[in-house]
Amino acid sequence: MDTWRNSCCAVALLLLMFFCDGLACAQQQNTCLDCHSALDPPLQVTAETFAQDIHSQKGLTCASCHGGDPTKADPEAMSKSAGFRGKIERSQIPALCGSCHSDAAFMRKYNPSLRTDQLGQYKTSVHGRLFAKGDRNVAVCIDCHGVHDLRPASDTRSKVHPLNVAQTCSRCHADTAHMKGYAIPTDQFEKYNTSVHREAMVARGDLSAPTCTTCHGNHGAAPPGVDSVQNVCSTCHVFQNQMYEKSSHMSAFQAAGLPGCVVCHSNHGVSDPTDARLGTGPQAVCMQCHTPGDSCDQARAEMLANLKSLEDAIRDSDKLLSVAETSGMEVSQARLDEDQARDALTKARVTIHSFSKELVNRDIQDGLNLAGKTLQAGKNALAERDYRRRGLGLAVIFILLTVVGLFLYIRQSEREAPKV
Amino acid sequence: MFTRVQGWLDERFHWADIIGPLKKKTVPIHRLSYWYFLGGITLFLFLIQVCTGILILLYYRPSANEAFESVQYIMTRVQFGWLIRSIHSWAANLMIFTAFSHMFSVVFLRAYRKPRELTWLSGMFLLFLAMGFGFSGYLLPWNTLAFFATKVGTEITGQVPVIGHPLMVLLRGGEDVTGATLTRFFGLHVAVLPGLTTVLILVHLALVQYFGISVPPGVEARWKASPGDARQMKFFPSFFLRELMAWYIALGVLGALAALLPWELGTKADPFAPAPAGIRPEWYFMFMFQTLKKIPAKVWFVDGEIVGIVVFGVAGLLWLLLPFFDQLARGRGRRFVMGAGVFALCYMISMTIYGYMAK
Repeated sequence: MDTWRNSCCAVALLLLMFFCDGLACAQQQNTCLDCHSALDPPLQVTAETFAQDIHSQKGLTCASCHGGDPTKADPEAMSKSAGFRGKIERSQIPALCGSCHSDAAFMRKYNPSLRTDQLGQYKTSVHGRLFAKGDRNVAVCIDCHGVHDLRPASDTRSKVHPLNVAQTCSRCHADTAHMKGYAIPTDQFEKYNTSVHREAMVARGDLSAPTCTTCHGNHGAAPPGVDSVQNVCSTCHVFQNQMYEKSSHMSAFQAAGLPGCVVCHSNHGVSDPTDARLGTGPQAVCMQCHTPGDSCDQARAEMLANLKSLEDAIRDSDKLLSVAETSGMEVSQARLDEDQARDALTKARVTIHSFSKELVNRDIQDGLNLAGKTLQAGKNALAERDYRRRGLGLAVIFILLTVVGLFLYIRQSEREAPKV
Repeated sequence: MFTRVQGWLDERFHWADIIGPLKKKTVPIHRLSYWYFLGGITLFLFLIQVCTGILILLYYRPSANEAFESVQYIMTRVQFGWLIRSIHSWAANLMIFTAFSHMFSVVFLRAYRKPRELTWLSGMFLLFLAMGFGFSGYLLPWNTLAFFATKVGTEITGQVPVIGHPLMVLLRGGEDVTGATLTRFFGLHVAVLPGLTTVLILVHLALVQYFGISVPPGVEARWKASPGDARQMKFFPSFFLRELMAWYIALGVLGALAALLPWELGTKADPFAPAPAGIRPEWYFMFMFQTLKKIPAKVWFVDGEIVGIVVFGVAGLLWLLLPFFDQLARGRGRRFVMGAGVFALCYMISMTIYGYMAK
């Protein structure tokens, strides 16, 4: 019995020793955070914050960037002999990040699909070029990505997630004090917030919609030159670009040194390209350069009138089909044709970029043919509805007559033969 | 001509002996006689269903790839196809409505009482079959609403203790609602259910014929006290012609509904699309659907849905046995049946309205 009791005590003691040892190890590994979690910002880094960091999640520690020996709980941990680098100088940040992120062999161990040319790209960017000249005011890696709580770009909480990129860039670019001396405007973010691109991104949740980095690049961020604006826009607006290349405007703009698409659509504040842009009202763009009454103005007016006629035709048929539908008529095939007519209208609006009234009119004509077909389908459906109602009226009259006849017959027959 | 045919039949089949009892059949006349028409109207609507169903079958194709398009074709291209399909759909709903009305009229007039227990039971099974027709027919156009409603409906079936999952797999033809489910529902709708219903209708009619038409207890008591007040009319031709009038009116209502509110087709079901908002079953399942929605996820330690299904199962069984409760402890049993009838009617109406109003 004593032997049994002694054995139990020995096992319990052993378990306690292992537990205390493990606890001590855990404490040793977190010695940096033990102190820094108690410090005031900017030196404060709590265990919770650092646990969110992608580097922490991949097994890297404070010492991976700052050096030192986190296994020691005394000032020796932060000694030069322990390799402690302390606060990373701003001038050292791109190189320090690049020491891992430009090393393809190293990065492959963590994320083989991650690019390793960020530092190279950064050096070509406006930020990187100014940085190389000694300007420490420009963005370095941590300004965009954050530090100590750095998350992958796919995380919606990341500063570089598509939904947050514009906000991140605006922290510097919308700050007039910060941007003083760079001779660039600071209203890009304000304009972007009014743009169709931002609406697509935020309101419709389309993460493929453009944000700052889509047009400017991210690590290699720079404004597209006048000559490359068209190429940048055409990465998404392929068909508009094809039409523009066919147009007389391309060579004229190039000759005048005008930045292609931006001339009519502006850059950061790209607004909804309504047909009013082809008009002569406040939103009109053509008449900013063209003279009223010239051949281009006449072509503009014709294209605008044709677009309007197709839009009206689609609206008319839509109205008729809606009436037919609410009357219970089956018009799904006409609805499909109507969608095609709308596609033709969209195509015509794209073809506007060719500034060729013949090409535009061809698309308009296709749309008008389809809209005419759907209008006819709507008329047929309503005619059919009226036919059914007339049929119903006749049937009801016939049924009523029969019911009355039956009623009279019953009355007469019962009068002749009394009930049992 | 008619007399010659009658003579020819009489000579061979003793026709007069066959229709003799029908000629003697009478129908009681009192202030509640109008309720007697409901059964006949339900039968008429069933016959309409059979005729329009056969016509739809000429064009309908029971496969996931073709069902929707074939119904669309019937609605748009087939001469009077829209009318036939709309009448089929409207008549189905009206038939269930009149069947329910018939059932409640039987309850409140206590027409189920001895010796008509089997008539009640056959009628109740006919109502279940009608609901089965509705459930199976709802999926056949293969539109979005029907697809997801069937998914929800069969999922509820899957919650039935013990037999639920095998029953769901049997109904669906697999774990999910697919083309196999459509084929099975089609088979049920055009072969199994019509066969069973026809047999049961014959049994129901034979029982009505055998036991005669019930007279409400109050009227019966008055007639017993004063036999001179008892009034009857001949089934042929008096009641039959009146029933014919009711059928004509029902036909007019059906035609008006089909012409003014043709049954909509919706959009083709896409099994990979997310379920749209507002999925709900046909109106006659709404009270059960809404109840199951409102039961908490857990009732004590049992799944709320299972509790709901068990409660509905038990309530359905008790409802089936209603005539037998009426005989227990005379007065109390009668009051229990009346109370149950009023409660069931109020509950069904209020939960159905709530189901349609709730978002």
